[in-house]
Amino acid sequence: MIKILKYSFYDLMRSRWSFVYLAFYMALGFVLLFLNADVSKATITLMNIIVVLTPMIGTIFGIMYFYNSREFTELLLSQPIKRSTIFTGQYLGLSLSLSMSLIVGLGIPFLAYGILQSGAVGNFITLLLSGTFLTFIFVALSLIIALNNSNKIKGFGYAILMWLFFAVIYDGLFMISLVVFGDYPLDKFALGASLFNPIDLSRIMILLKLEISALLGYTGALFQKFFGTNTGFLVSVIIMMFWILIPFCLILRKARLKDF
Amino acid sequence: MRFTLSILTILLLFGVAQARTINICGACEVKSIDKGVEISISGDTLVLNAGIYPCSNLEITKPLTIIGEQGTVLDGENEGYVLKLLTDSISISGLKIINAGRSYTKDYAAIYTSRADHFVIENNEVDDPFFGILIEKSKHGIVRNNKVYGTTVREDGSGNGIHAWHCSDLEIYDNEVFQMRDGIYLEFVDESLIRNNYAHDNIRYGLHFMFSNHDKYLNNRFEQNGAGVAVMFSKFIEMRQNQFVNNWGPASYGLLLKEIYDAEVVDNEFTENTMAVFIDGTTRINYTGNSFKRNGWAIKVSGGCYTNKITRNDFIGNSFDVSYNSKMNDNTFDGNYWGDYTGYDLDRDGVGDVPYRPVKLFSYIVNRTPETIILLRSLFVDIMNFSEKVSPVFTPDNLVDQMPAMNAFK
Repeated sequence: MIKILKYSFYDLMRSRWSFVYLAFYMALGFVLLFLNADVSKATITLMNIIVVLTPMIGTIFGIMYFYNSREFTELLLSQPIKRSTIFTGQYLGLSLSLSMSLIVGLGIPFLAYGILQSGAVGNFITLLLSGTFLTFIFVALSLIIALNNSNKIKGFGYAILMWLFFAVIYDGLFMISLVVFGDYPLDKFALGASLFNPIDLSRIMILLKLEISALLGYTGALFQKFFGTNTGFLVSVIIMMFWILIPFCLILRKARLKDF
Repeated sequence: MRFTLSILTILLLFGVAQARTINICGACEVKSIDKGVEISISGDTLVLNAGIYPCSNLEITKPLTIIGEQGTVLDGENEGYVLKLLTDSISISGLKIINAGRSYTKDYAAIYTSRADHFVIENNEVDDPFFGILIEKSKHGIVRNNKVYGTTVREDGSGNGIHAWHCSDLEIYDNEVFQMRDGIYLEFVDESLIRNNYAHDNIRYGLHFMFSNHDKYLNNRFEQNGAGVAVMFSKFIEMRQNQFVNNWGPASYGLLLKEIYDAEVVDNEFTENTMAVFIDGTTRINYTGNSFKRNGWAIKVSGGCYTNKITRNDFIGNSFDVSYNSKMNDNTFDGNYWGDYTGYDLDRDGVGDVPYRPVKLFSYIVNRTPETIILLRSLFVDIMNFSEKVSPVFTPDNLVDQMPAMNAFK
């Protein structure tokens, strides 16, 4: 498995896309910090970008990679290697390389501007952590789509729809239901609904870390009580883990059953 | 008649000339402040040397000057009031007052002033009183350079730092009040000036006006209070150059205005408050030259607000610049600088060519359904705000800044 992971990883390195991605984040980090040297302010701006971009890049990169490396996958399948090993290796290889681009790309500019000396280290780490989680989650989801659709166009369509759903449509439905059922106590519902979308979950986690919680009024009080404590943070991390584990199990199952 | 008058005058002059200084200390002839007040006559000066003096419910009914030297402590022994100033022209300075009484039925205060004009209360320190300085029905008084602080945690079991009721022509300046219920509270107080005070960490308001007219407050700093300043049911209040900083919490305001008329809010600084300005039923208020930075809501309009003018203010980095709960608007928002403004200025006259709409659709929705706030900073919300900006449906369509400034004023 390690070997396949390595192959995927180096393959991505060779294809230079990881570097482009890395360079993009590095440029972003430097530009942000150049415009606003206050590290903690830049962290807030970064949140918007991470929450929207990492899932998108994870999705598009994921689906592209699996369609492109289909021949290589088939070659591997003809070897006496377990299917689960092949797909785990590929999945981890891609996710790790994307996460690394993210962490290194943003880490270097923020380190250069002295994030370690500022009070925002915790927030920054939360930010990178949720970015990494989102990458892992959306690569897994796009891999499921790739395995289920041999038609590339259809697969791409579904993948983009999936991203759109989590990034935009879900929030829309969420908001409409909150407005329509405004006469009922909705705090618990809102809390529950935010757990079912990894993008929302990480957005709220970061928001509360950045002390915007006071804005949230009494709804926020409930959220603060849940997410603000260590237990809440742990629960959200565990839920994010589930968001990785469940799609991953689905990948393995699909890979086992699929007729290539 | 004339003879009697001259005799009286001579007597009076004689009396004034006789005004003595009475020293009070442990080793002096006069050992307690009670005794000192008892033997003194009008116009005397009482000087307390360093030391702790028991003192409770001490009524001062003649014009005296009481000066505490460095290290003078009056111990109220937890019994009711400490000092009661009950006549005109009393001056109190340099005292530290501890252990003033607490009550749920009486307004006990460390320094209580009633029907006493021309008083001066300065350079005192009041440690954990129920009310710090309580002034009733008095005029032309000065309260300066005092420090009043408590350990308040609950609103109902605590009093205000400096509390004035039915007064006029007061000057309250250079005081510091913290951890009380209200820092400074004014009820039925007219023609007074409040300046250079620092009110912080009070659990309710830093400064609170009720039914008070024609007052000014300038250059004060309000930090981390439940709400910085609350002005209610008052007219002709001038608010200039104050700083409202970090009044942050689920129900916190920088400036809370309710039922007020004809006020000026000029050159104030609102930074990092949950709601910088919350207005409810205010009429003819001018907001000029204020800066709103990094607040949750910069101006939240609750209703019944007419003919308010908001001009030449800076709105930078607020989560919501202006929030309305209805489609009605009778206020003007022309000529401000909006950090979120994306228009252009072709003729380079410093005024944007495209009008700006400060009310976003999301703020309207949050007003209707507060739970939706958890979608703050979601991509969906940005898209929604954008489409509303292009063609307003829900937000007041006449609420437009026709000439938004291109550059911040400060």
